[in-house]
Amino acid sequence: MSPMADKLHFSLVSPEKELFSGGVDSVTVPGSEGDFGVYPEHMPVMTAIRPGAISVMNEEKERRIYIRGGFADVTSEGLTVLAEEAVELGDLDPAKLAQDITDAEEDVRDAETEEKREAATEQLEYLQALASAMKD
Amino acid sequence: MASLKEFRNRIDSVKSTQKITKAMQMVAAAKLRRAQEAVENARPYAARMNNVVASLSHSMVDQPGAPTLLVGTGESKTHLVVVASADRGLCGGFNGAIARKAKDLISGLIRDGKDVKILCVGVKAFEQIKRLYGSRIIDVISLRDHKYINSGHAAEISAKILEMFEAGEFDVCTLVFSQFKNVMSQVPTSQILIPAIEGISEGGELPDLGGACYTYEPDEEEILKVLLPRNLTTQVFQALLENVAGEMGAKMTAMDNATRNAGEVIEQLTLQYNRKRQSMITTELIEIIAGAEAI
Repeated sequence: MSPMADKLHFSLVSPEKELFSGGVDSVTVPGSEGDFGVYPEHMPVMTAIRPGAISVMNEEKERRIYIRGGFADVTSEGLTVLAEEAVELGDLDPAKLAQDITDAEEDVRDAETEEKREAATEQLEYLQALASAMKD
Repeated sequence: MASLKEFRNRIDSVKSTQKITKAMQMVAAAKLRRAQEAVENARPYAARMNNVVASLSHSMVDQPGAPTLLVGTGESKTHLVVVASADRGLCGGFNGAIARKAKDLISGLIRDGKDVKILCVGVKAFEQIKRLYGSRIIDVISLRDHKYINSGHAAEISAKILEMFEAGEFDVCTLVFSQFKNVMSQVPTSQILIPAIEGISEGGELPDLGGACYTYEPDEEEILKVLLPRNLTTQVFQALLENVAGEMGAKMTAMDNATRNAGEVIEQLTLQYNRKRQSMITTELIEIIAGAEAI
């Protein structure tokens, strides 16, 4: 048994950069077929991810990161999450988020062209998803 | 013979040129650092993505239902060549090297009797390629207006490529870009994007599963369907970042040379200016002395 056997090697990467890499106790991933927990020595799985929060448990502390679009890949070496977008929920200010949502709602209302409306709606949905992920 | 004033004007103009090239060099150096960081930050994602695709395609490639993005259309009649270059000049031979690489590739394909379509990303290579292959260029995408390149820009480009592929407009897609080795050397490279199986043969090592078998959720086909377009975006993104870093490196070197050249020119002109000045003083003195003696 390697000394790392009681830890799960977890790395979270987005196209722009590597956001996290290191040993953790467990990770809960929102898979496309349902949430699943990954502990050390998990069997190899590859799955698509639905937008949602992944929760990383390490030494009794929980970090929640909202991710959108990507894959989770579990091998004997650990868990790798490839995310198109990742936002640390702990870094978010609920008041600012609420303000952003109000702004986005206004944008949707005031959009002059169909294109703008679509972009604004997308942004609004994204923010709302973030907000609901925070409440969980 | 040029007058002293003309000399002074020339020295001044070279000096202001030198100031500009010096400033451009410093701007490029600052941007280079940022671009280098971006390339390095993006590498883990690209590498992991490559590994995932490699392990998935390993199990999929021999099956009849394998997606065409992975194994190709079974033909190689029409080629799409995506040429990624910089949008600005003044960076030495950087764009020229990419254009040359692309021209070599295109002329080789044409010699083999293939249909070639060209998609240019960045206007500089386009300007050079259009002279020879103008009729084959289907579109030019310029990223000049964007200060920083993010994965969204890459996604737009790869969406365009995918759209064409799905419409059956080409069989094989090759990307030409410049790989960033270090500040001094950028290597023009061509990489096959579609079929994806050609591009992942090297570097994509298969993870050691210790004899266990992968479980796929939902299933391999579904995952590949989402994964392959994303992999395309990642590769385009990586190429764009490498290009930016290479462009800045080349620009820094070119502007450094220009600044040094300007310095040399100033030295020479100053020397000539001083000689001229001295000879004029000497002439004046001789005239005065000669005049005094005559009295």
